[in-house]
Amino acid sequence: MDASGLGWWGVLIAVFGGAIRVSTPFLFVSLGECLTERSGRINLGLEGILVMGAMSGYGVAYLSGSPWLGVLVAGLAGLLLGTLHGAVCSLPRVNDIAVGIGLMLLGTGFAFYLGKPFVQPKAPTLPALHLGDWASSAQVQSALQVNVLFIVGVALAFAMHWAFRNTRWGLVVRMVGDSSDAARAMGYSVNRVRILATAAGGFLAGVGGSFLSLYYPGSWNEGLSSGQGLMAVALVIFARWQPLNCFYAALLFGGAGALGPALQSVGITGGYYLFSAAPYVLTLAIMIATCSPRRNLAGAPGELSVTR
Amino acid sequence: MDGSITLPAPVAGGATLAMDRVRRAAEAICIPVAALLAAMMVFGVFMLLVGKNPLEVYALIYKGGFASAFAWQNTLQRAAPLILTALCVALPAQAGLIVIGAEGALVLGGLAAAVVGHALSGGSPLAVQMAMAIAAMSIGGAWISLAGALRHYRGVNETISSLLLTYIAIALFNHFVEGPLRDPASLNKPSTPPIGEAAMVGHLPGMDVHWGLVYGVVFCVCAYFLVRYTVFGFALRIVGGNVRAARLAGLAVGRLVLLSCFIGGAAAGLAGMAEVAAVHGSANASLIAGYGYAGILVSFIARHNPIAITPVALLVGGITASGGLLQRRLGLPDATVLVLQGIAFMMILAGETLYGRLRIFQPRLG
Repeated sequence: MDASGLGWWGVLIAVFGGAIRVSTPFLFVSLGECLTERSGRINLGLEGILVMGAMSGYGVAYLSGSPWLGVLVAGLAGLLLGTLHGAVCSLPRVNDIAVGIGLMLLGTGFAFYLGKPFVQPKAPTLPALHLGDWASSAQVQSALQVNVLFIVGVALAFAMHWAFRNTRWGLVVRMVGDSSDAARAMGYSVNRVRILATAAGGFLAGVGGSFLSLYYPGSWNEGLSSGQGLMAVALVIFARWQPLNCFYAALLFGGAGALGPALQSVGITGGYYLFSAAPYVLTLAIMIATCSPRRNLAGAPGELSVTR
Repeated sequence: MDGSITLPAPVAGGATLAMDRVRRAAEAICIPVAALLAAMMVFGVFMLLVGKNPLEVYALIYKGGFASAFAWQNTLQRAAPLILTALCVALPAQAGLIVIGAEGALVLGGLAAAVVGHALSGGSPLAVQMAMAIAAMSIGGAWISLAGALRHYRGVNETISSLLLTYIAIALFNHFVEGPLRDPASLNKPSTPPIGEAAMVGHLPGMDVHWGLVYGVVFCVCAYFLVRYTVFGFALRIVGGNVRAARLAGLAVGRLVLLSCFIGGAAAGLAGMAEVAAVHGSANASLIAGYGYAGILVSFIARHNPIAITPVALLVGGITASGGLLQRRLGLPDATVLVLQGIAFMMILAGETLYGRLRIFQPRLG
């Protein structure tokens, strides 16, 4: 069966497959941001961490030949930058949003600098699981090529959902995010919890970045990330700080991102750039619909500056 | 942002008060300078790690940015849009908003200027230029006001919304430049039709620097007077200090927020117009050069003080201008400048914590 035979079904399948493929970085970055924001800080620098993760993951995979080592190193690079953000924000009277912008600049700067030698070479990519081999259509098969990281991310969303309710660590993070006074009264160090949460969030964002360079689109260049790290911040607000909702929202964003190329494949090329803006418009529309000037958002951590 | 606690002025002679003002001014200069020096040291260590001599790098940055008339022209050329995009951050910051959407206002302003300039081509140059500037400033102002309005009426965080608006603006720009507004004659590089040589804004007499620099400096001085010496500016700073207190005092918070965003956006739009009317001659992808993002850095280093923006923009413009020389002489990638900027930005932000905590800068309480 050829592409034109599927017609609009082809678009739907492509959007679905794209949702799975494109959503993985969103999933990781938003889970990381969710963890950070639950502790009462916002990290706008995840964009920089994502790019840094993409570069370091690709570089290490190229040099070592093992993509999984690349994923690990990408996570560690994210951990490092996340710790930096957490530590700088722990200084009194330093604004976490501004530091996030700074980290965005720093992360992309380092990534572009150190990534120069890796623009040309081809690194080994992450393997995919072929879940669609039963289907006769090549398009369905390609839509159901699922990367292992996607499955890890989904499992992580469920695990975080559980951990926030049922583990001591989850409760401590939530308490610090909701009331630093309460946390202090209980004898927990607010800054230490927030630094750890930001560092862990950075690790996840770095892993999300490595997916970009090691699986889809699957190469390293300077235009690799198109604001996924930032959209993840909005996505977490949309998901009301719930890890499971982050998963659904990531799928939605992935689908929106896949819309442009999918329509192009059936010959609708006119508004290509306009369709490429779909995820941003969607994010903005969601924020307009969910925010309110008069009350705090339902489910928002009490200490979060972005919702005040 | 600016949460500095000003202690009540001591009841003392004028000399003490004057000394306190000097101390405060010294604080505002010394802390950023110290942060920049610290950033230079960190960057120097990074350069050592990648096997370059940091002193050589800094010498080249000085040479490429500030050492000769040619270097200065290059620097001034780059500083011009930075001044205007930095104002797009600094003015809303007076009202307590962190707006980072200058890039979007710049590209849309440039597009509007190119369209108007082409439509009116053949008119008297001054009138065409005025129309271009007005079009660019209106659309840039409206674009940033959108972020301000969303903030005020819907409670949407303006930092995120302004950045999303930037991505949308760039998509719109690409759509129009490569689609409906494309000049069929522009083959390799999609552009809008040229505005024509006659309507171009010329260079300053005796220099290879266009008038955009003058726009920027004049805009800065006006913004400084607006913020410091007018009722509007005072009201704006009250809103930035404490929104609830401003409401209690009966200030029209929404109007102030929207106006500050509009003026800031107009500055960024004007930067786009200057780039089109003085450099490129039409709107094309060269307009998306990251001036909007560098403007954020400039405004933060200047602590959102309009009068400090010009010198900081010269510094950042000079560092950017030296990128080419670093690339040719030392084989450093063009992102070297980005790394230095990123480190400087982090240091400046970390330095915020020092304000009001160093004894030597504090007012003496008798």
